[in-house]
Amino acid sequence: MKKKLVCIGNGMAGMRTVEEILKLEPDMYEISVFGEEPHENYNRILLSPVLAGEKTIDDIILNSAEWYTENNITLYKNEKVVEIDRIRNQVKGENGTVLDYDRLLVATGSTAFIIPVPGHQLEGVIGFRDIKDVNTMLSAAKTGKNAVVIGGGLLGLEAANGLRKQGMSVTVVHLLDTLMERQLDKTAASLLKRSLEDTGLNFKMEAQTEEILGTDGKVSAVKFKDGSTVDADLVVMAVGIRPNINLAQQAGLQCERGILVDDTLQTYDPKIYAIGECVQHRGQVYGLVAPLFEQAKVCANHLVDLGYSRYEGSVTSTKLKVTGIDLFSAGNFTGTDNSEDIIFQDPSIGVYKKLVIEDDKIIGAVLYGATLDGSWYFQLMRDETDISAMRDKLLFGQAHLGDSGHGDEDHILTMPDDAEVCGCNGVCKGDIVDAIVKKNLFTLDDVRAHTKASNSCGSCTALVEQLLASTLGNDYSASPAHKPLCKCTDLTHDEVKDAIIEKKLTSIHDVFEALDWKTPDGCATCRPALNYYLISTFPNVAEDDSQSRFINERAHGNIQKDGTYSVVPRMWGGVTNPAELRAIADVADKYDVKLVKVTGGQRLDLFGLTKEQLPHIWADLNKAGFVSGHAYGKALRTVKTCVGSEWCRFGTQDSTGMGIKLEKMTWGSWTPHKFKIAVSGCPRNCAEATIKDFGVVAVDSGWELHVGGNGGIKVRVTDLLCKVTTEEEVQEYCGAFMQLYREQAHYLERTAPWIERVGLKYVQEIIVDDAEERKALYERFLASQEISQIDPWAELAKKPESPQFKPLKRIEA
Amino acid sequence: MSQQFTIGTLNDIPQMGATTVETPNGRYAIFRTRNDDVFALRDQCPHKQGPLSQGIVAGNIVICPLHNWRIDLTSGKVQAPDSGCVNTLPIEAQADGTLILTLAD
Ligand code: SRM
Ligand SMILES: Cc1cc2nc3c(=O)[nH]c(=O)nc-3n(C[C@H](O)[C@H](O)[C@H](O)COP(=O)(O)OP(=O)(O)OC[C@H]3O[C@@H](n4cnc5c(N)ncnc54)[C@H](O)[C@@H]3O)c2cc1C
Ligand code: SF4
Ligand code: FES
Repeated sequence: MKKKLVCIGNGMAGMRTVEEILKLEPDMYEISVFGEEPHENYNRILLSPVLAGEKTIDDIILNSAEWYTENNITLYKNEKVVEIDRIRNQVKGENGTVLDYDRLLVATGSTAFIIPVPGHQLEGVIGFRDIKDVNTMLSAAKTGKNAVVIGGGLLGLEAANGLRKQGMSVTVVHLLDTLMERQLDKTAASLLKRSLEDTGLNFKMEAQTEEILGTDGKVSAVKFKDGSTVDADLVVMAVGIRPNINLAQQAGLQCERGILVDDTLQTYDPKIYAIGECVQHRGQVYGLVAPLFEQAKVCANHLVDLGYSRYEGSVTSTKLKVTGIDLFSAGNFTGTDNSEDIIFQDPSIGVYKKLVIEDDKIIGAVLYGATLDGSWYFQLMRDETDISAMRDKLLFGQAHLGDSGHGDEDHILTMPDDAEVCGCNGVCKGDIVDAIVKKNLFTLDDVRAHTKASNSCGSCTALVEQLLASTLGNDYSASPAHKPLCKCTDLTHDEVKDAIIEKKLTSIHDVFEALDWKTPDGCATCRPALNYYLISTFPNVAEDDSQSRFINERAHGNIQKDGTYSVVPRMWGGVTNPAELRAIADVADKYDVKLVKVTGGQRLDLFGLTKEQLPHIWADLNKAGFVSGHAYGKALRTVKTCVGSEWCRFGTQDSTGMGIKLEKMTWGSWTPHKFKIAVSGCPRNCAEATIKDFGVVAVDSGWELHVGGNGGIKVRVTDLLCKVTTEEEVQEYCGAFMQLYREQAHYLERTAPWIERVGLKYVQEIIVDDAEERKALYERFLASQEISQIDPWAELAKKPESPQFKPLKRIEA
Repeated sequence: MSQQFTIGTLNDIPQMGATTVETPNGRYAIFRTRNDDVFALRDQCPHKQGPLSQGIVAGNIVICPLHNWRIDLTSGKVQAPDSGCVNTLPIEAQADGTLILTLAD
């Protein structure tokens, strides 16, 4: 018999938990849900746009009546639970329904706090919490003229904006002199106030409500402590929320401000879990959906008895959903005794940015008027990245670190609907916003799946996240602090790597078993990553699983759009000679190569080869002295060089020779993502060394070493690591840097994003300041090179008859 | 009338991998899953003709090597949110591993 799960509260947190349970174990529970409201689960966040007339109730339903039926969930809507009987394991509804439970989920949310001033019970005094409140406001707007909103926080301003758009004259009353004081500092708040005043809202600041006046039981005006009054046909109280804990308290569950839960979302009664705005976790009560969704994942994990994930609290950020206003706030924006602020302010264009820095880390941010970098700052904040090396450029945004991607497209709100957001898949802003609204998308993954935007090269990810945020109103689009490796697990890259080391896992299926993978065979995201972690952790023990590599790495060539392959032989430092060129010309003739092209990496690419031809052409190239150029690998690609001091009139050192030495040392090494090197002979930098993973620029007195550069999607200029004098030092620093990257970066994370995540200072402390550690890394690098410098072509060229290359059979007509 | 052909044995294909067979109706990809189930699908992705035999196999799904569409080996159906389908052929592994492919004509 199935176990019985009863959920009290048919809201966003409760239903998200149920969805997560269905994803993991659809048949484990017989599920029943009580909801006090007469509706299916809807997106409460979008009540503000409904009030503003930008959306309808139908638009915001999250789980339709059919969804409950299809998933065999019994919904008792319009029925409030009035008692939890923990001795009999039963709950009782106000309409007489009594249900037994094996596990109970309390997700009762919270209620708007109504200040108990005289007159608060008059008709026309309401909170802003549910569909009923919105309907009351909409009908008040039809008949009445004046509205007063008490509370100048997020909810109050959204209510006021909506009522104004419905044609009412609205006054916002606030106790303090700063609007949204929990999210904004004084400067941002006054900019916000000015913009809202421009739209026609009135403000009464530092005003304390004394009484609500009425006639015939209906509200007519609000009276303040200073004696003044403001006429009102409607009063909306938006001064805060109170977690709904009465039911839990009556049942004897431990409560403070909210129902107390541990890191598994369990209450003091092991059969009862609680989630959402009604709970208090590590002293914290949340009022935004992002944390609730993180909680839901963990709670579901325990309800289906997997029992391995933990909720450790959330860092939140906020956006205001008032069309035309661009505002972002996160973390501790007021600062501490030891923090300092960095501020950018330009009143003429209405832009204000403030970052709060402590111990070289961002701890808070307020952005007004230009919020494109919000998600980046938020990421740096959650990753606790050391920002000292980029501090001077930080306020100008990620664009000024070299991101040429979409740096100028700030103010996404003013972008027209037909502006192209995703260049790879041709997706416009309008398509994305439409999909978010109509298909109820919450996350970046949802948007990728449904629109393809940001699904290819990913350079528009920040824009898509901004669109999610501005359409839905907060950060829950933002990647969670603990980003799982892929959908097959809740564990992060680092957690998986640590487990591989700790538990000495040596095969992909060991990992699946030991870490409770959700899918029997993993997917195309996790398998290549695990394969990399296994072989880089236990190089001689773990077996390389070729079925978990992308086709290019399996075929040691690059697959092309028509299914043929291209072949790139290595050309050390970009130097060649007549004999090599003749050999390549012969091979090109013999195999009827369709195109010979000089690549951007200074070597020759032969196009249009069938898979059957590959082992044969490799054998011929090997014979002429060539090895694979690994143009397909997450590996060392090329070492680009310029002519340098041997020929060039400006050259200061032998950059070509240095490049060849580096390529001979590093070829064959596998890395988390591709790794490119270049050596220029003088600061004119003809080899473009300052956009390479490791770039060397010769100067009169030695060699400058640069790291973390990237051409590609987001151009990023390198950071200067240090200066050295000898060629041996260049090799040692290069090997040590590569080894550190190989051991520590996440799979498919190039050096540029890796350095931005860990901070340049961290890398310098290890590679430059700690000679012993540098030498140790360099030695580990050289040791692993001993087993990696084997030409994969030579190996495979021996087996041209393998069914990997040839059809197993040809059936004639 | 349909015709049966012996094309090779199970051991010719790596687990979670594929090989190909040329037929008068074009090239077919022959997949072997981790549970040793075998499937035969037209070696052509409905998106832009990517060779499915070169994709990564996970469970009963192959991921196209060109743009990552996901195709169900049992039915040939493209998985949501993309859509489309690939022709499949009956194929069977006998007790000794011999693979028998059935072609309709
Ligand atoms: C062949 C070549 C273009 C050319 O004709 O010149 C090329 C071809 C491809 N590049 Fe490239 N890139 C080539 C030089 C570059 C360069 C220039 C360079 O290396 O100096 C860059 C910018 C520098 C950089 O990487 O920082 C470059 C940045 C990319 C990127 C973006 C990487 C990034 O981190 O943003 C990708 C996409 C990816 O790897 O995910 C990419 C991906 C690709 C792929 C592998 C796309 C694919 O998945 O099929 C192309 C393979 C075609 C093939 O079959 O050969 N290619 N690619 C160049 C090969 C150089 C070589 O000799 O190995
Ligand atoms: C107008 C508005 C705008 C918002 N905007 C944002 C935003 O931009 N970003 C953001 O992150 N968050 C926003 N929020 C907050 C967000 O909506 C909440 O954090 C979230 O809905 C809380 O989810 P929950 O499941 O805990 O509570 P709820 O969604 O409130 O669900 C609880 C449900 O339980 C029911 N219930 C309570 N007691 C009982 C009982 N005894 N028996 C049966 N049913 C019961 C309630 O009727 C309710 O339906 C906004 C909220 C509002 C009101
Ligand atoms: S070679 Fe590089 S830049 Fe050119 S089309 Fe392919 S991926 Fe794009
Ligand atoms: S060709 Fe298969 S996904 Fe594009």
